[in-house]
Amino acid sequence: MARMIGAQMFFETLLDEGVDIIFGLPGGYVLKVYDVMPKYTNVIKHVLARHEQGATHMADGYARASGRPGVVLVTSGPAATNTVTGITTAHMDSSPVVVFTGQVPTPYLGSDAFQEADHIGITRPCTKHNCLVRKTKDLPRAMKEAFYIAVTGRPGPVLVDMPKDVLIGEDEFEIPKEINLRGYKPTTKGHIGQIKRAVEMILSAKRPVIFGGGGLIWSEATPELIEFVHRLKVPVALTLMGLGAYPANDPYFMSMLGMHGSYKANMTVHESDLIIAIGARFDDRATGGNFPKFAPNAKIVHIDIDPSTIDKNIRVHCPIVGDAKQILKQMLELIPVDLKVDRREWFGEIEKWGREHPLTYRQNGDKIMTSFLIDTLYKITNGDAVIVSDVGQHQMWVAQFYKFNRPRTHITSGGLGTMGFGFPAAMGAKFARPDDMVICVSGDGSFQMNMQELATAVENNMDLKIIVINNEHHGMVRQWQTLFYNSNYSASHFDVMPDFVRLAEAFGAKGLRAKRPDELEATLREGLFTEGVVLIEVVVDYEEMVYPMIAPGGAMNEMIIDPADMS
Amino acid sequence: MRHAISILVDNEPGVLARIAGLFSARGFNIESLCVAETLDQTSSRITLVTSGDDWIIEQIIKRFNNMINVIKVQDLIEVTHVEREMMLVRVEATQETRAEILRIADIFRAKVIDVGPKSYALELTGDKEKVNAFLELLKPMGIKEIARTGVVAMAREVQNHKRGGER
Repeated sequence: MARMIGAQMFFETLLDEGVDIIFGLPGGYVLKVYDVMPKYTNVIKHVLARHEQGATHMADGYARASGRPGVVLVTSGPAATNTVTGITTAHMDSSPVVVFTGQVPTPYLGSDAFQEADHIGITRPCTKHNCLVRKTKDLPRAMKEAFYIAVTGRPGPVLVDMPKDVLIGEDEFEIPKEINLRGYKPTTKGHIGQIKRAVEMILSAKRPVIFGGGGLIWSEATPELIEFVHRLKVPVALTLMGLGAYPANDPYFMSMLGMHGSYKANMTVHESDLIIAIGARFDDRATGGNFPKFAPNAKIVHIDIDPSTIDKNIRVHCPIVGDAKQILKQMLELIPVDLKVDRREWFGEIEKWGREHPLTYRQNGDKIMTSFLIDTLYKITNGDAVIVSDVGQHQMWVAQFYKFNRPRTHITSGGLGTMGFGFPAAMGAKFARPDDMVICVSGDGSFQMNMQELATAVENNMDLKIIVINNEHHGMVRQWQTLFYNSNYSASHFDVMPDFVRLAEAFGAKGLRAKRPDELEATLREGLFTEGVVLIEVVVDYEEMVYPMIAPGGAMNEMIIDPADMS
Repeated sequence: MRHAISILVDNEPGVLARIAGLFSARGFNIESLCVAETLDQTSSRITLVTSGDDWIIEQIIKRFNNMINVIKVQDLIEVTHVEREMMLVRVEATQETRAEILRIADIFRAKVIDVGPKSYALELTGDKEKVNAFLELLKPMGIKEIARTGVVAMAREVQNHKRGGER
């Protein structure tokens, strides 16, 4: 055992956890940590974000792209409150982000000291867990517990609040060998009785469908899922968060379901007699939100690691609590390898829905359609890039037209729908996967919410591509105003738009612009294959709308179809 | 429906706020709440009474179970159980009512814990019905002040499964 100050314990514990990168911004009460940091920068890289929200999204993007926890270090008060959007984003999408905040010295707690905020109180509802460290010697244990809680069970963000006196105080440094929390024992193995029941239900179903979510990705269940699907011949529809968990180029893949899911996927779910939901939580964007009218003829098997998602929105017939990968393995043991199933009738019907209203777009005229842009991007990158999208129309077109064949290649803020997430999250993803091409696809509205991080990207010599789709509008807001608010376009148009090319150049990045369909591919190719931080602005038709669409509160078979498609 | 929920938690600052936060987030009221250490000083037992939609209460209980600081949760509505609460009540006492108050206290097995020139303070333990009945009888004398602990509850050792079997 060695004696050391809290700030040094901080780094020693990070090393013990195998952390090699942190995203942060210094300030008053964490200055001691930053004072010690230079001794560790050869093993733990520090990325200096320009805003704490950016730092938190970076850590989140890092976690989603790698499966390892993303680490944030910021000071107290405004720094901590700036992380709240990022923490809530991670919480909604079950991403393991560990946030360390500085805090006023313990004797000043609650005294409204300079830059004091109640971090624990503020983040209580948006973290999986949080804690205030009161003594220097408790810091290593609190940190180890934070990492353990963040990555086990249903992953999620954890915040550790570190008062200044804890960081400057000295004590014996001891790392706990084992973490054992009496109130926290996540179930990973599925209940065998429930598994048998589920397998019986699956074997006797005539019209089964898999309703897969982000849990498949966190549990790394893709190989088992592929085997399960091929053995049982079941169509697979994925939620926004699930995209990538099952290869999009596989014939059993039905594309995304939900509010902007394909007609085929939504009809398949609606008309099924058995839904096998895995790592999904039946939220209103995935189901249309009309829970009583959801899949009226279907029995539901629900596999999820979080017992509180069971029966939350939809009553299910056979819940199985546990880890998706583990449970799929357990199920496969009960399903014969050479199972004979004839689903010609069911797939015949599904194919008919696919033919009636396929996911397509029309690129004609002299304006670029965003859907055409996404399809072009898919073709240029061969579907191999990591795409980090922001929030809005472009997010839905990415989900519809980019074919994700590998897990952790589609990263987006699904649950919270955080505009401004995409760009910093893409940076985090690039740090996690330096050998992959990482592309941020953002909208003009979303990008302007965290564009200050261009400085961080350039400072770190990143090889990162940013596509900013400029339609001079909050496109999805405009779409809702068109459909549900009598085309009353209140506050959805930007009267002033920065020159994104010159903006990129001002930060020391490269800027490019495409305005016409005939120059799109060449501009994209030039930008994507130029080393460094490259921003490609694509000016698109602002009138294009995302279809199909389940109006809020609708059932899954109640879709608004593209009017052009109906004629 | 009324639920009495027994929650064993880590005896740490902030745990009660986590529990209460789940109710306020759903717009639910907590009718009564009792918290005290158990034999093991590192844990506390919370007994909480609330009314609301069974489905939502079921969800809240699942969320309790997810909390790191929650060790065990039991919805006592699922089992046969006993409930008690304690009340202190100060009632006006005049020449005419003194004897009557003591008679009522005797019937309810309440104790006199403070006597003043103008009032008695009484201590009563019982289930909610008994406590309420006692209050009703004292009301005509003039109740000056009451303090109630809220319900504490415990499952019975022998279960008749009448209520438990319904769910």
